[in-house]
Formats: sequence, C-alpha cells, structure tokens
Amino acid sequence: MRPTFINVGERTNVTGSAKFRKLVVEGDYAGALAVARQQVEAGASVIDINMDEGLLDGVVAMRTFLNLIAAEPDIARVPVMIDSSKWEVIEAGLKCVQGKPIVNSISMKAGEAEFREQAVKCLRYGAAVVVMAFDEIGQADTAARKIEICTRAYRILVDEVGFPPEDIIFDPNIFAVATGIEEHDNYAVDFIEATRAIKATLPFARVSGGVSNVSFSFRGNEPVRRAIHSVFLYHAIQAGMDMGIVNAGDLPVYDDIDPKLREAVEDVILNRPQRTNVSNTERLVDMAPDYKGEKGAARVVDLKWRDAPVGKRIEHALVNGITDWIEADTEEARLSVERPLHVIEGPLMDGMNVVGDLFGSGKMFLPQVVKSARVMKQAVAWLEPFMEAEKTGKPRKQAGRILMATVKGDVHDIGKNIVGVVLQCNNYEVIDLGVMVPADRILDEAEKHKVDIVGLSGLITPSLDEMTFVAREMERRGFNIPLLIGGATTSRTHTAVKIEPGYHSGSTTYVIDASRAVGVVSGLLSPTDRAKNEAATRDEYIRIREQFARGQEVKARAALPAARANRFRPDAATPLPPRPSFLGVRAFDAWDLGDLASYIDWTPFFASWELIGRYPLILEDEIVGEAAKDLFADAQAMLKRIVEEKWFTARGVVGFWAANARGDDIVVWTDEMRTVELARFHGLRQQIAKTNGKPNLCLSDFVAEDGDDWLGAFAVTAGHGELEIAKRFKDAGDDYSSIMATALADRLAEAFAEALHRKVRTELWGHAPDEATTVEELIAEAYEGIRPAPGYPAQPDHTEKATLFNLLQAETNAGMQLTESFAMTPPASVSGLYFGHPGSHYFGVGKIDRDQVEDYARRKGWDVATAERWLAPILNYDPAAARRSDAA
Amino acid sequence: MSRADRIAALHQAAKERILVLDGSWGVMIQRRELSEAEFRGARFADHPVQMKGNNDILCLTRPDVISDLHDQYFAAGADITETNTFSATTIAQEDYSLAPQDVFDLNLAGAQLARAEADRWTAKEPHKPRFVAGAIGPLNKMLSMSSDVNDPGARLVTFDQVYEAYRQQVLALHEGGVDLYLIETITDTLNCKAAIKAILDLQDEGLEALPIWISGTIVDRSGRTLSGQTAEAFWHSVRHAKPFAVGFNCALGGELMRPFIAELARVADTLVAAYPNAGLPNAMGQYDEQPHETAHFIEEWAKSGLVNIVGGCCGTTPEHIRHVAEEVAGVTPRAIPERPTAMRLSGLEPFELVA
Repeated sequence: MRPTFINVGERTNVTGSAKFRKLVVEGDYAGALAVARQQVEAGASVIDINMDEGLLDGVVAMRTFLNLIAAEPDIARVPVMIDSSKWEVIEAGLKCVQGKPIVNSISMKAGEAEFREQAVKCLRYGAAVVVMAFDEIGQADTAARKIEICTRAYRILVDEVGFPPEDIIFDPNIFAVATGIEEHDNYAVDFIEATRAIKATLPFARVSGGVSNVSFSFRGNEPVRRAIHSVFLYHAIQAGMDMGIVNAGDLPVYDDIDPKLREAVEDVILNRPQRTNVSNTERLVDMAPDYKGEKGAARVVDLKWRDAPVGKRIEHALVNGITDWIEADTEEARLSVERPLHVIEGPLMDGMNVVGDLFGSGKMFLPQVVKSARVMKQAVAWLEPFMEAEKTGKPRKQAGRILMATVKGDVHDIGKNIVGVVLQCNNYEVIDLGVMVPADRILDEAEKHKVDIVGLSGLITPSLDEMTFVAREMERRGFNIPLLIGGATTSRTHTAVKIEPGYHSGSTTYVIDASRAVGVVSGLLSPTDRAKNEAATRDEYIRIREQFARGQEVKARAALPAARANRFRPDAATPLPPRPSFLGVRAFDAWDLGDLASYIDWTPFFASWELIGRYPLILEDEIVGEAAKDLFADAQAMLKRIVEEKWFTARGVVGFWAANARGDDIVVWTDEMRTVELARFHGLRQQIAKTNGKPNLCLSDFVAEDGDDWLGAFAVTAGHGELEIAKRFKDAGDDYSSIMATALADRLAEAFAEALHRKVRTELWGHAPDEATTVEELIAEAYEGIRPAPGYPAQPDHTEKATLFNLLQAETNAGMQLTESFAMTPPASVSGLYFGHPGSHYFGVGKIDRDQVEDYARRKGWDVATAERWLAPILNYDPAAARRSDAA
Repeated sequence: MSRADRIAALHQAAKERILVLDGSWGVMIQRRELSEAEFRGARFADHPVQMKGNNDILCLTRPDVISDLHDQYFAAGADITETNTFSATTIAQEDYSLAPQDVFDLNLAGAQLARAEADRWTAKEPHKPRFVAGAIGPLNKMLSMSSDVNDPGARLVTFDQVYEAYRQQVLALHEGGVDLYLIETITDTLNCKAAIKAILDLQDEGLEALPIWISGTIVDRSGRTLSGQTAEAFWHSVRHAKPFAVGFNCALGGELMRPFIAELARVADTLVAAYPNAGLPNAMGQYDEQPHETAHFIEEWAKSGLVNIVGGCCGTTPEHIRHVAEEVAGVTPRAIPERPTAMRLSGLEPFELVA
C-alpha cells in the first residue's frame, strides 16, 4: 500500500517564496492570503507559515497573518504549521489559532532545559511539534547523528515531558545536494536512511522535512527543481517520510518525468556511482538548461467554473469567497448591463442570495458568509467609480450608513458584531454603539450621523420589549428610516405583531440571520427596489398580524348630515350639571406626590414597557409575568424614593366656564351672561354607519345647546424635575432607572389627572358630590363625567390643545408648554376637557369622510389640505386620490 | 470527604452510572423577580452601573437564592451542580464595571455556596455523593473573530488577557472548593484553549489538579461552533487538556444536538456529556419543551450509548432534571472507545494521520 503523505504548503513561507516575502514586506496581506488559498486549493493538508525575514517584525507579522487567516474559512479549514526559528514568534502564533497546529520547530540546540520548557508549552497550548535534529553541537548531517539526536529527543519528550509520541514529528534536516562539494553528495541518502530508522525505532513518531532545500543549487531552474523534489519524495516516502513542506500543486508525478532527467536526478539523490566520466552532479548541471523552459505539471486547482457564464462565475466567487477574478468578472457583467447599479442588483445580489440560502439551510457557516461578503465588497468597490461617473440625474447608489446597537439590558453582541462585519464587507459604513444601548442614545446617534438604517440586536427575552420601545421611540421622534430587527430571541412574528405597528413612519424588517443582512439592507437602500421591498414586508407582516387580530372588516361611513341627525340626545329628564364652585382658573403648585402614588393605574405603566396585560393579572402572565414582576418591584422602590425625596413637583391648573354646544362645536362664554364668546372647541363626529339605534357621537353632544351648562378643563404635570433626575441616572450609567423615572413621572401625571378629576367631580365642580369611588373603580372609569384629551380618540386633533392651554394659561399656572407639534412639555403631562353630564362617555371618532373634513376646516379657519394634514390618521380616504378625481 | 476522595468518587460514579448535571440558572433566577436593589445588595448599593441581569453577582448579594437553586437541583436528582459563575471573569464583568477583587470574591462565594449544598446532600444521602463543577463561561469577546472588518485581523482582547481572566477565575473557584472545572458554552475554541492553558499552568505551578470538563456549543444545523469548527475538529483542539469529559451544551435542543453528540461519542476517548436547551425558543423567546420531552431525547441518547453525563441548559428547570434523572437511572453509561493512535490536528475541520 502506498504510504500516506501529507503536503504542507510552503508558499506562505517568506524564506521559501520570494513572491510571498514581497507581499508581506509590502503589507499586501490580501495578496498573501491569496497565496495561502491557492495552496489549500492545490491540496495542501497543512500550511506552513514562516515570517522569519529581517525586514519584518516576526511576532507582529505572524499574529497579523494568522488572525487574517482565521477570517478565511477555506484556508482556516486546514491546520497550520507555525514555522519560525524564534520561540517568541512561535508562541505569538500559538496564541492565534483555535485549531490544533504544528509547531515548527523546537530542538536541543540551546540545551535540554530550553527544549523541555518549549515542549511543555506546546503541550499546554495544544500543539503537535516538529523537532529538528539539532543539538548543542550542531545540526545533524549524517544518518547516524540524525538518528542519535532524534532518539534522545524522543526519550525526553515521551518519558520526561509526557508528550504524546503521535504528536512528535522529526525533521532530520534535508540539505542541498549537487552543490559541487563532495561531502554533500550523500545528504539525501542520509535523510532517507535516518527516516527509515526513526520510523522503525521510535513508535508513532513522524518524519517531515523542508523538501525545497534539497534542490537549492538549482535555484532559477524550477522545472529541474520540481523534478528533484518529486524524485526525492518518491524515495523518502518509501522510507517512511510522512509529510513535507512542498508546493503541492507544483510537483510532477514521478512516472511522468522525462526518463533521462529522472535518471540523472535519481543518481544525484541516491548518490549512486557515476555512470560516465563526469560526476552525477555535473551531469545534471549540464542537462538542466534543456529543461528550463518546461512547464511543470498542471495545477490541481479546478478552474472549470471559469468557463461558466459571468453570472454563474460571480455566484461561484461569492459562494466560495474567491476574489481573484471578481474584478474582471464584475467588469464583464457591467459591460453587459445598462447601469453599474444593475450588476449589484442583479448577479451580485443573486449570488449573495444563494449564499444566504446555503447558510440558512446549514450548508454554509458564518465565517464563509463573512468571506462572501468581502467578495461582494470588492465587486462593489470596482463598480463605484462607474456609479460615481454616472451623473445622469438618476439617484446614485451609495454605500449606506447603518447604526447598530444591542438594546438596553442586553450584553450579548456576537451576532450583531457578525452582522456588522458582513455589512462592512459589503461597503456599508457601520456605526456600532455596542451593548446595553438605551433607545434615546440609539436615536440621538442615528440623527447625529444621519444614518440610513437602524439595526437592533438582542439575545435575551426582555430585549424584545426594549426593541418595541425603540421602534415606538423612532415613531415618536419622527424617524422614517428603515428599522432592522435581529438576534436570537427575535422573530418575524414578534416583529410583525409587536414592533412594526409601533413604527408607522418607516419600515421595520426582521432579519432572520447575519447572512440575510446584506440582502435586506441593500434591498431597503436600493432606490429602485426599496418601495417594493418595504411594501412586500409590510404586506407580509399585515398577514401575520391578521392571524392575531382577525375580523377587521371595513365599515361604510355615514354622510355628515345623516351622522349629525343621529347625534346623541341626552335624556331630557336628566338635569344639567350644577354650576361649578368657581368660574375661571385655579392653579395647584405642589400636589402631594404620596397622594398621587395611590392613584396610579399600573396597566399603562406596563404597556409603556411593552408588557401587555391588565394589572395585577399581568404579574401572573405566562409570557410577561416574570418581567412584569421585576419591573413592578423596581417601580415601587423608585416610587417610594420619588415621594420621600420629592424628586418631582406636581403642578396643575383647572378651570370652569359657562358653555353651550353650537353644532359640533362647544362655545365657552366669558361669563354667565353667555353672550361673549371666550373660546371655541371644535368637535369631530363619528361617521361610522351605526346600527341598533346607537348615536353618531361628538363631544359637543355632552353639552346642552341651551340653558346653563358648563365646561371644565385642566392641565397637569408631574414632569418638573423629571428630566434632571433621568439625566442624573443616565450620566451615572443607570439607563434603567432613568427610563423608570420617566415612566413613573408619566404615571404620576396620569394619576394627578385622576386625582384632580375626582376632586373636580366631588368638590370643585361638584356634579357628583356623593361619589365614593375606589381607586379600582376610578381606573375602570366607573364614575360620572369624562375628561377627554385633544389628540385622543374622542377628539383626535392635537391642535385643540392650543385653545385649551390658552384658556388655562397653562404656562403661567403650571409651567407647561406646547411644542410646534402640540406635544406637551414637560413630557409627563396630561390635559383635557371636563364634561359633567351623566350621560357623557368616552368614544372614538374613528375614520371620517371628506365632507366632515371640509366642514371642520371651515370651522377651524383652515384650508382643506391643512385639515387633512392634522387629521391624516383618521381620514377614511386618500386625500391625493380625492384631489386627482376632483381635477378630472 | 477530602477533595481527593470526592474526585475518586466522581470517577467511580461515572463508571457506574450516567451522571446528571443540573439545569438552567437564568430562567430560575428570573423567576425570583429580584429587583435592582436586591441584585446590588449592601455591597454594591452605590455601584455606578446597573447590576440587574448580572446573575453571578447574586452569589454575593443574594446567596440564599443561589443556595436554594443548588438545593432544588440536588433534590431533583442532580449529581453535579454548577457554580453560579458563568460570567464571572474580569472581562465579562467589565460590562458591569466590576473590580477584579469583586470578581474573585464572586467566584469564591459561588464555589463555597455550591460546596456547602453538595456536602449537605452528600451527608444526607451518602450512597449518592454530590459534586460541584466550577462554571467557566465564554466571553463576549472572541479571539478568533474580527471586531472590525476594515482590519479582519483586529481583536478586542489578546490571548494573554483572556488567559489572565480565566486564571483568576480558576484560582478562586479552586479555593472555593469545586471538584471539577466546567469550561462551557464554548463559542470560540481559542478562548477555551486560553482557559485550558490557565488551568494546566496552575497545575504545573503546584495547584492541586482537578478534572476538566469541556463543553462546546454547536450553533446551528451546520454542525459548527460559532468560530466555525466541526465537532471533531473541536475535540482535536481541546484533547490536550486530557479532559474528564467533553461535550456540547446550549444553542440547540435535544433533537438537533443529537448528531453532534453522536459524532463526539464516536471520536472522543473520554466521557461524553450533553446538556441541551429545552428545545428551541419559540417566536416569543420562550422555551416550550416540557420536562418529559427533554427527558425523552436524553433517554434515547443514553440507551443508544452516546452519553456519560447529561443535564439541561437554557429553559430547563428542576422538573426537567427530575425527569432526566428518572429516565437515565439504571441505563448503562457509554463505554469509552479505544481509538487508534494517530496524529490528530485541526483547523476548522479535523485532520487525522493514522499510523
């Protein structure tokens, strides 16, 4: 049986390859990696890496190259041989390989002590070891010396150090033959004889050697050198040589060598008696020039794929991570399409999708995907100047900028880092905020860097809630860029049901794994395909949501006159509410926080952390119960401090006025004469086609058109001091408490509204003086009268808050202001109108038709377009389409 | 029993039966609904960053919770419990800004808590001695993966830093009285090799040698670790530790883990251990697999002669462990195969040169 022989690639050896040395010295590591890849493709089972070159810092070069190889799965799949004459270079290499490598080499050159010490280290790092036949006296040249030194080393390693004999490889020194010096003539034979003896007497030990040394005197004549190597190996392998440092793809087969050359080489290698009057060496030297131009045997690398059409070649290059031809292939593809962009969107993306599918089905793994991404990057880089030059007014494809973060509370980021690498390889700029990044910082940085996409990652279950929070924050803060969701705990279903609905202004896409990231991102940033992709995702998520919430049939609307005719008519027998205890406004400067704490409705608190469920049942909820309990305990602890240490100041203002309905509006009078209009609240009426005799409601229905009726209003905040507290926590690195403080301030503001409303009902207005309602009943709104807020379902128009704030002089009385979008500041604020009629109740206006929008615009003094803008969320029609049909 | 006696008893027990490790800690700790204040305790009351989520810190701040979990798992039938020190390295604890001395104390306390519970159970049931495995988890920083694509050679940590972090953890766990080391959930074999070297070096320096159990993580159906190695390549990379046991845990449930455990069972000439997750997480991130289901997979492995040690990872509970222990009781443990002597190397894939 032919013995097994292990090819150790030699081309990644600066002492053996001038090309490799040049690449490394010049810092062209991409080129250096191509050399390594070529060797593995050519069949090297192990690759020898040597950086012993005067111009190089060997430690740095070894570490750099091995770390780079780790990112190249089709190189890293084979073990490495860490080759250096300097121990510190070897040790630096040992610290960079996850596999089990071979150390090349250690020896007794500096004595047994150092030999033992280095052998133990190899054992502790987990490496096999090449032992050179070298001792204190010098390098072994004769067979006897080789055998003597190797035997001594073997006994020390196996008997004293405990080295596994199967992990010992001896290098009995291959020296150059045919040098013209007679003492050298037997060197090959010495090696072959020593090999035979070692294999016979030192159980399990292996023999290796640097084969190219043997032909050193023929440098410059590669065909002859290759013939020498082939012949030398033929005989050494017969003698038991297990492995050799050789350029595996380069060797001619022994039987294929020209017989005349082979005989001459064999005479030299085996140091046979000379056949003629010239020595074996001289005979070979004379013969050598005749073979100089001859090509070696064909490379073993299979290049059949190069014959395929360009699309297939690009796919092959992507799947196999081969960059060698990608620029040429990309150029060929570019010339075949109209725009350079189409190469990216066509063959390159097709190839990456194949990569993604292979990865998804477990046929590729992450490092390969990373490498595929790099091929992609090169191709894109090639195309970039062409895209740059393409100034035709069409949108130019640019590398996108993507912000990535592992959301708050989660410290896992390996997956995110991989996605980052893949994206960067594909020419995207990645801004990675790291782990435990709170929503506000993600969005601040996203704004600051004007990113194109935000990507969120999370591994632990609570991160799902945080991502939902970020999405909602993106909506609140007016983002419209795509949001990507990924990480072990995320899912398409969760994204569709929990995250995507919170972010209407931009798209949300679930990215199932790292290999999909590039496809998704490029699809979302593609000027030509973005809308299509976003729409497809949106449609898909809608379908998914429909499995959760079914039966959302669209109902026909009633015309406005019909809706008005079907208004709510209070029972004539029910008396109007009494006159409030005062008219005008009254301020409250510092409501007792302890009192407010008892009014907190915790259900929305959990909702604000995206824990959906009714308190207290939510604490026992199968899915969110654990998180809810944790959160609740923390909230209680902080609430105690807020109250005791007076973190916030609760300020509010309440007012009452004589008022009467005028159609769908409510007029507020300056005084009880009810002649001079102080202000007017505009109402919106339900237009849903009602059945069962139910009315089409408008808030004005709850105020009498005639007679002594009244309207109240309020604005309260628990937000004074909140931002400072939140910032203090954030600066201290405690984002959890920071957000908790904000959430609790919000709850306290709502509680303030609840507490004040009770005081209004029983005392300040006094329309329900005898009510004895528990907090639970309050929360369930089991009392008479309502306090709807502008911007909420009963009156979805936020601009009505301006009227409210003016009436209440909320800035003076409670330190509250409105932003240009009619958001209240401080953020933890609540405002609304008070209706005292016993029949008043909450409702949602729902979708409204154009007839009402036109009517409302007239009442507000707006043009229709302005009304459509503010009422956009509740329009039952597409304003643009409506205008088009008008024009037609 | 002295530690030497306990180690001898561990080897003996492994010969006689399939040993059972405990189950997940994360889920069980989460159920305790501990507050930030409880995570902090008095010792870290003024700590500048959030402590909640740092489960390991509970060894110091809520030892009662940790002891109770050890107790629950022993009561469920576990032979071996893990210390609650999965992330207790100076590197992993950087996320929580923990000082090196605190990290040391954490490991020490974690080992002592487990030791006390194990000893109590051994005293109560002398026929079934209980053991403590010092949990040595992975890091969020990997030595084989680039942290920056513009420089694929970039790394966030050096081998020496990882080595030093593990060395400190090993010292503290040893001082706290663990019976063996469990290097687990290995995503990057090079990180694991740094841990192995730390242990072997300490033994060379005179620290009493303890058995080593090495448990990698196969991340998906491709059968690779996160750093890209196959099961067999992984075994070749760590075999120099002469581990007491080798195996896989986490990432996969029993069903998907089986082929890779079978592969290890074929190639590893030492005990084989497996502790899968309770299936794969559902769309909402929860583990649905019921105790009897997990036990069903593991029972089949046991009866097929694939395993010597079993247990549970993410999503498993004392109830899972109780079912597992019941199912493997009386099943003959896997016989350790004798493999031909060969030089076995690895890159991402195994390499073998048989004599």
